[in-house]
Amino acid sequence: MQTKSTYSLEGTGLSCIRDDRVLFESLAFELASGQVLLLEGKNGSGKTSLLRILCGFREPDSGRLHWCGEAINDSQFYAQMAYVGHLDGIKKELTVLENLKMSLALSSPGRYSIHEALAKVHLAGYDDVLVQALSAGQKRRLSLARLLITENSLWILDEPFTSLDKQGIALIETLMTEHCASGGMIVLTSHHDIELHGVDVQRINLS
Amino acid sequence: MSLSHAFFAVIRRDLVLALRRRAEIANPLLFFILVITLFPLGIGAQPHLLQAIAPGIIWVSALLAAMLSLDSLFRSDFDDGSLEQILLSPHPTSVLILGKIIAHWLVTGLPLLIVAPLLAVFLGMPNHALGILLLTLLLGTPVLSLIGAIGVALTVGLRRGGMILSLLVLPLYVPVLIFASNAVEMASSGLPVDAQISILISILLMALVLAPLPAAAALKMSIN
Repeated sequence: MQTKSTYSLEGTGLSCIRDDRVLFESLAFELASGQVLLLEGKNGSGKTSLLRILCGFREPDSGRLHWCGEAINDSQFYAQMAYVGHLDGIKKELTVLENLKMSLALSSPGRYSIHEALAKVHLAGYDDVLVQALSAGQKRRLSLARLLITENSLWILDEPFTSLDKQGIALIETLMTEHCASGGMIVLTSHHDIELHGVDVQRINLS
Repeated sequence: MSLSHAFFAVIRRDLVLALRRRAEIANPLLFFILVITLFPLGIGAQPHLLQAIAPGIIWVSALLAAMLSLDSLFRSDFDDGSLEQILLSPHPTSVLILGKIIAHWLVTGLPLLIVAPLLAVFLGMPNHALGILLLTLLLGTPVLSLIGAIGVALTVGLRRGGMILSLLVLPLYVPVLIFASNAVEMASSGLPVDAQISILISILLMALVLAPLPAAAALKMSIN
């Protein structure tokens, strides 16, 4: 287990304008260790844009983001975050193991070893299977396994439950609860109602 | 994990990927061989003319083969989201991108070096110029990959970036083409080529240091 240290993510006065349309403005939030931020809203209301701003892929049109009190780019933010987006970020010509090893090489080792993580997401024994032979749900679980093997305290998840069955959803909810219990934070968008027991969930509605 | 570990992991991953989709290696190489073999057929039985323009033919073909292969540098990573993960890594992006460029050169540039001497003999190039031809290809083709990477990084987000890519990149390829083909030409006539080789070395070193930074910045722009 990683040592319990506290982190915080804070956004102030964030706004995003896309094609002359204001998606959201003067948005503020504060997220501390153990909390979840759930972004809600209609399609096209800017949920994904906000997540991409958090990742640094987009600049906010105004506003600031702070990680532990420091501006994102001056802080240890990128060593502490992990992102699973619409795109899986896994190579279909590589095996399950090769994909996870690559993720590990790009980051630093985290709570679980690759084999423990695969067992956690019910993909044990799939090590040497090419990803193109996996089903959509299995691919999704593989990209979520990346969250377990790398060191991180903030998970940024864009619709993590897409193409997962009931069991898969329950599994991810368990992993999310565990992550928060050990002092982690999660920012996510979801169309599903999430059930996280004993976790402080903040909601922001963008529409 | 350490930066060097990440750097070599990127190179290894791209080499394994290239090995699993072999068409990517074969395409530029096949293009290079086809273009060069078509020239003698088009020009006819004029061995002296062919010998005189051989350095130009080989270098123009190498340049076009490199251009043809550029799109594959970031395309699949962009499409499946792997590029996002590379950009989010706490390691400096430019170093990881340099890893990708090196792997790309090993896959598309190095094979040209292997077949070039054979094709040069085919065009009637004198034997004493073959060494210099190989040297210019060894110094010049990595520059094509490095400069090309900036162009692809800028255009990978566009739907039809191919045309813009060639307009962006070709003018920057011209110095390499001039000095490299000139060196081979001089070597064929038995003249010293130290100056051209020194210039090619300096272009390569400059591209190695300067190209990965704007390529990484351009990728960050393309991805949003």
